[in-house]
Amino acid sequence: HLATSLPLPSERDHLRPRIDLIAFMIDIKSKYSLKNVEASLAHVDASFFLGKVCFLVTGVGRVNYCSVEMNAIWKLGEVYCSPVLFCELELEGIRVATAQRLVRMLQICAGHIPGVSALCFGSLMRNSADD
Amino acid sequence: DPQKTAFLLRKQWTLYSVTPLYRFSNAHLRDYARLLSAFIAAEKQKGLAGGGGAFKCFFSPSQLSSRSPASPKNSEEKLIWSGWFCCVSGDDLSENVAEDFTCLPLFLANGAECYTSIVGSWFQKTFDCCFRHLAISPLNLSWMAAMWTGCKVDKTTSAMELVFSVPCLPQPLDISYAIHPEDAKALWDTVQKTPGEITQEEVDVFMDCLYSHFHRHFKIHLSATKLVKVSTAIASAHCDGIIKFLQSQYLTGVLMLLTELAISQIQ
Repeated sequence: HLATSLPLPSERDHLRPRIDLIAFMIDIKSKYSLKNVEASLAHVDASFFLGKVCFLVTGVGRVNYCSVEMNAIWKLGEVYCSPVLFCELELEGIRVATAQRLVRMLQICAGHIPGVSALCFGSLMRNSADD
Repeated sequence: DPQKTAFLLRKQWTLYSVTPLYRFSNAHLRDYARLLSAFIAAEKQKGLAGGGGAFKCFFSPSQLSSRSPASPKNSEEKLIWSGWFCCVSGDDLSENVAEDFTCLPLFLANGAECYTSIVGSWFQKTFDCCFRHLAISPLNLSWMAAMWTGCKVDKTTSAMELVFSVPCLPQPLDISYAIHPEDAKALWDTVQKTPGEITQEEVDVFMDCLYSHFHRHFKIHLSATKLVKVSTAIASAHCDGIIKFLQSQYLTGVLMLLTELAISQIQ
């Protein structure tokens, strides 16, 4: 399901299936997209931040188009305990690889992979920070 | 030196970052001039540089900062191209580099692009360095807008102008946002907490105020567009790496910032 911002319209709540993963897309070329994501985060239930949220940063191929400061993005990932993925949508190879990663994460979040749950994402992040 | 400074003002300079030069010496400037002239003449013969007339190159050292202008002139003594190296407060780079290398990370050129590429290739061949266009990101342009707005100018001359390029449209569209310099300075003065210090948060707040003001009137989110040009009374900068110095008083300050950008592009 694709949405430009949260909250999702309440009229369709009863028709909506369970949401297993929320990927917030931030375009590094647009400050507006960061502000939009920050505003939308306020509408997300706290339980999602146990591994069911990730940030997908696009447009990272060209440093000279950067309108968003990288520190702001790192801080967002830290504050919300969620992984930050980088992607360049214009390159097919990277696009496909990122899509595969997201599908894999989604499978885990939906409970389709036995022995691994969404909570693992959070603990993985904590370990790498301590290193 | 007021004459030299006047030469630098109100001209369009294209910016390049340059990696450290190997075995460059201020003592051999005359030889370099001779070699560069010969090189340009040879390139002209190959048809790579247009225009008639003989060429004269001269190098001159400068006391202000490590600037070595190189300017080919034609026989009528009209200056057709000039370029100069600059390094203002680039101590970080100099410290980490071996002795045989000279650090002049910023290069500015005014004149036809073909001469810039000829001179650039001569330097690259002779000193084993690398020239690259120095582009300026929207993030850095916002810093310049905030920094330069805060500078005191004697007479309030020009408005502050920001130019934005709107992406994802079938035809290119540029938005020009002009702000009265006193209003801009008043806004910046309320945002900046410590005089002489600027933080990223302050720059963000400053730009956000300008964006919300624009949105209130025109319902357009400038934060979703790309900032491509900033013009203030101090200087004007374009994202393609083009700069114009407008105030001699702040010349060194702007050069310091540009040197920093050049160094970060090199590293």
